[in-house]
Amino acid sequence: MPSPPAVEFDGVSRSYGKVQAVDRVSLAVRDGEFFSMLGPSGSGKTTCLRLVAGFEQPSSGSIRLHGTEVAGVPPNRRDVNTVFQDYALFPHMDVRDNIAYGLMVKGVAKDERQARAADALRLVGLEGLGARKPAQLSGGQRQRVALARAIVNRPRVLLLDEPLGALDLKLREQMQVELKSLQRQLGITFVYVTHDQGEALSMSDRVAVFNHGRIEQVDTPRELYMRPRTRFVADFVGGSNVIHGARAQRLDAAGAAFAIRPELVRVSRDPPQDAGVASMPGTVRDVQYHGASSRIEVELEGGDRIVASVQNGETGGAALPAPGEPVHAWWPRAAMVALEDSPG
Amino acid sequence: MSANALYLRTPLPALAGLLQRRRLLLPALLLGPPLLWFCGVYLGSLLSLLWQGFHGFDDFSMRVLPTLTLANYGKIFDDANFEIVLRTLAMATAVTLAAAAISFPIAYYMARHASRALKGLFYVGVMLPMWASYIVKAYSWTVILAKGGILYWALGKLHLAGAMDALLTLPVVGGSTLSTSNLGRFVVFTYLWLPFMILPIQAALERVPPNLLQASADLGANAAQTFRHVTWPLAFPGVVAGSIFTFSLTLGDYIIPQLVGPPGLYIGSYVYVQQGAVGNIPMAAAFTVVPIVLVTIYLAIAKRLGAFDAL
Repeated sequence: MPSPPAVEFDGVSRSYGKVQAVDRVSLAVRDGEFFSMLGPSGSGKTTCLRLVAGFEQPSSGSIRLHGTEVAGVPPNRRDVNTVFQDYALFPHMDVRDNIAYGLMVKGVAKDERQARAADALRLVGLEGLGARKPAQLSGGQRQRVALARAIVNRPRVLLLDEPLGALDLKLREQMQVELKSLQRQLGITFVYVTHDQGEALSMSDRVAVFNHGRIEQVDTPRELYMRPRTRFVADFVGGSNVIHGARAQRLDAAGAAFAIRPELVRVSRDPPQDAGVASMPGTVRDVQYHGASSRIEVELEGGDRIVASVQNGETGGAALPAPGEPVHAWWPRAAMVALEDSPG
Repeated sequence: MSANALYLRTPLPALAGLLQRRRLLLPALLLGPPLLWFCGVYLGSLLSLLWQGFHGFDDFSMRVLPTLTLANYGKIFDDANFEIVLRTLAMATAVTLAAAAISFPIAYYMARHASRALKGLFYVGVMLPMWASYIVKAYSWTVILAKGGILYWALGKLHLAGAMDALLTLPVVGGSTLSTSNLGRFVVFTYLWLPFMILPIQAALERVPPNLLQASADLGANAAQTFRHVTWPLAFPGVVAGSIFTFSLTLGDYIIPQLVGPPGLYIGSYVYVQQGAVGNIPMAAAFTVVPIVLVTIYLAIAKRLGAFDAL
């Protein structure tokens, strides 16, 4: 018999007065999985995390942790730990006491908790900083302490609420790698909340995309990127071009809307002669140089804009069209992904 | 060119130029007067007061002598005088503990649970008595606590007059009536200084980020553990700040000991008598050092207890 999901939502809603923060969400996080909740701010992803932690109670629906219903179970009696967005380290305790806090309140003997705190500190690469106060640490170090403080309790599920949000880009990328390897090493289920699609795609086994309190799609990063199901997912994950309405019908009468990824769009001065491509005339409006690639924005006849991301290659982008130039934007028909409406 | 025009439009271009060139001039102009006031009026007068304590005093001619002596400070340790110190210290400690015990739940409710409107109401309620005259409040208490006063009447209606009489037979706290007992004096002091305790504790509790309490619960702590390990240590600086007020205000007060409670001088009333009726300014000055030393010792203890760790 397969083990029950680590976290299971069954028609969970949470409303604040008239505001529906989470709206009939159902999902199942597998044991040992790195699961991300991705969405813009206010999409309900953080509320879902707080529902798992027990800081919030669902207005309706049921939440199960490892098969056990947790309605009415307070946060301190749930086998989950949280890494808070702003770390929430105790300012009056040194790093060692912060990390050992969970063990202390559970009555673990002093020797053991000191040893385990030291282990956790080593695991996050902060050996020797145990006597510091949180105020004496850098943002990245505080983040690691928050992580150590959570994992030292060996929870079955670790909840991470935008843990890298306050770090600069380089540190963020480094921490992404470390978090992923830590998760593999510990075998703990990670539920990771983020609004950064790159972060979600690079670390997760599966991603749930949130919008307006609903889940738009739950899939592997590759599926999300290659086959977005809704316009929102196509746009939010990977910034795909969405073609809809009359223009979409002209290309293919079957679908109401299509997504086409920027890196598959080509821009040329002459119309393509290949029958397997869809082509549309337009005018270059903007060209941004990004080093390895360039981003060309083309205004199609009739008003919509389409973005092409082209590799600059050996010429370094010397032959790019200039703004104002009439061009043709085209792409392989096979690369078009038909979209559904968002769940209503 | 436009920058130049702007520059020329300043009313005193010469002064503006001078301030630009001499970087320290502006801070000196802004900080100088308040600093002068602070050093001269606050610290200077305090130092000159303490210096007075080293002068001699001729009991016969009632004149301050120019000779320097340590005798005044030595006299603090005379039995009669030291008893005044201990009496005041005991009252200040009792009042501080009682004020903290009463204030904490109120401050906690204000900071954590009260709605905005209710909190405003609490603020007014806490501070309203502070806006009324201290003397009026002090005299009102003599009436409230007197035999035949409203408190005795209310206790009589509740059939608790006997209990009050029994309480007043206790040594130290008791007395012939409530208004002449240490208990009565303690009640009045606690009443008077309560706002000074509530407000700092409330401010400290307000500053505790709610997510620290959530983090504590998340890590497995129950409500009592969270209070003991997170809320209390972070609110403690507020308790210490409040207790500095209640403690030093009691140490310095000279009105209440004359109006309510048994006879016997307090530090404040002793200083009052020395510099007023007796005219022994040096002795009064020497006694002024006592509260300063006591509060310093108190702060040192508070620091050792970790009161300022979270600051």
